[in-house]
Amino acid sequence: MSTFRRTTLGLAIALVALAAAAPLLPRWAMFLVIISLAKGLAALGLLLLMRTGLVSFGQGLYFATGAYAAGVAANSLHVGDAALMVLGGGAAAAGVAALLGLLLARYRAIFFAMLSLAFSMILYGLLVKTPALGSTDGFNVSPRTLLGLSLASGPGRYGIYGVAISSAFGCAVVLDRYLRSYLGRLAPAIRDNELRVEYMGASVRNVVHLNLVVAGALAGFGGAITALAVGHVDPEMAYWTTSGEFVFVAILSGTASVAAPFAGALVLEMLRSFAYEHAPNSWQLVMGAAMLAVILFLPDGLWSVFRRRRRAAT
Amino acid sequence: MSAILEAAGLTKTFGAVTAAANISVSIEEDTVVGLIGGNGAGKTTFLNLVTGYLKPTSGSVRFLGRDITGMAPRRITRLGICRSFQIPQVFDSLTAFENLLVGLGIVFMGRSAFVGSHLGDATPEAAAEEMLARFRLGDYRDEPVSVLPEGVRKLLDIAMAMAVKPRILLLDEPTSGVSADEKFALMDLVLGAIRADKVTVLFVEHDMDIVRRYTQRILAFYDGKVIADGDPASVLANAEVRRLVVGEGGPGEAPC
Repeated sequence: MSTFRRTTLGLAIALVALAAAAPLLPRWAMFLVIISLAKGLAALGLLLLMRTGLVSFGQGLYFATGAYAAGVAANSLHVGDAALMVLGGGAAAAGVAALLGLLLARYRAIFFAMLSLAFSMILYGLLVKTPALGSTDGFNVSPRTLLGLSLASGPGRYGIYGVAISSAFGCAVVLDRYLRSYLGRLAPAIRDNELRVEYMGASVRNVVHLNLVVAGALAGFGGAITALAVGHVDPEMAYWTTSGEFVFVAILSGTASVAAPFAGALVLEMLRSFAYEHAPNSWQLVMGAAMLAVILFLPDGLWSVFRRRRRAAT
Repeated sequence: MSAILEAAGLTKTFGAVTAAANISVSIEEDTVVGLIGGNGAGKTTFLNLVTGYLKPTSGSVRFLGRDITGMAPRRITRLGICRSFQIPQVFDSLTAFENLLVGLGIVFMGRSAFVGSHLGDATPEAAAEEMLARFRLGDYRDEPVSVLPEGVRKLLDIAMAMAVKPRILLLDEPTSGVSADEKFALMDLVLGAIRADKVTVLFVEHDMDIVRRYTQRILAFYDGKVIADGDPASVLANAEVRRLVVGEGGPGEAPC
């Protein structure tokens, strides 16, 4: 219980700090934070799946679903409100996850990973072949208001940043609560021993299905926020490299805390920005070396640095 | 006394192998029954059939008069039949306390689904503490169970089965992997903890001294069939049982 309060307090401090920093941040930094938090949301879903013993190489599917749903809501359904677009994106992704979960929840390990990858590539293929959704080019997305406030001028300029930090905060707090509930505690139990969970009276498949939906919704929120910030969606969001990046972030961060994926995504985005600037032709090399270093020296992810220090202090 | 568990004509074949052949057994409520037999006699198959892990080729299982043949293990668990495992099936990355909390949390969430099993006013946390105390696992409360000795893991495995508040508990070789001089202490502790709730017990065992001492009735299995059923003294004196199960037959006869 005390860990739960400490996590919530830490997240609240981070929220206030990010909100207070808004007027000081240059535009590029604000954009970097928004994109990091959006990717962090997708990685947060992976954290839940990894705790359940599953690695999905297809979270891009829900990321793209969320982004396209937000775009379609704005362009075709005339929903111009950023908050509604994000909610719609998450709901659409959760719906897709609920449907695909009927099949995915039956598979484990490499079969689950490959099947999730296959589904995301099917969506990629569909998006590329659909002229109504812009085919390979995608289409532009322009949110107009946030809770009735215009995004074009005044405090509205910080609107999407505000949506990003409050979505990340809300999702992290709710997921933290879920992970500490009796239902959430079944995730590591399922990872360790499915047979025993069944023999204790719970349906493993239903819990896995639920966690797939939650992870899908989180990726959907992230995709919708990305669509708002970039102002554009394209099929690359469903491509396997996007999914691979979420796995990259999740492994880099570790599964110790719900704050870890956001910190990991921020580190990754900053690292990429600097690598891009200083080694434009070999930035992938820098990223790969960073990943290798984390796996070798911090096998439990970046967040384990905090844990070790805490353990050493007590 | 009424029958809590009835198997009628239970048969299970795997291709040409018959693991259970027409087993008909009735277990009375509030008794302790021992199940003996050599390797491959069908003891664990019987437990797997009763708990729904295997579906019988033919025959039926009734629990408190209700047909449970072919039900999924989780539904059978909720009705009140629980089991422990020969090799402890625990959650290795969790602590002993968290292991118990998984089961108690499931009971807490599914209060309406668990027939006759409830926590009363106790929270799952309080119930987990009580189970740790009852099975004398308090010293291991916050240890990850992957580092615990095998005997403690077996005890935890049984405690987890008890956490789900069963009406009948099936123990698969509770003393296997436990040293000879600890077996009686372990069985005293386990049966004391279980029988405090008047839970019916059926346990698979290889040690005849244990079976003789703790049971009111013995079922002897051989080659998928029940070859003897009765009070411990008469079953253990049965010539066929002595020859095929206990292994005290004439010279040259290989004990199975």
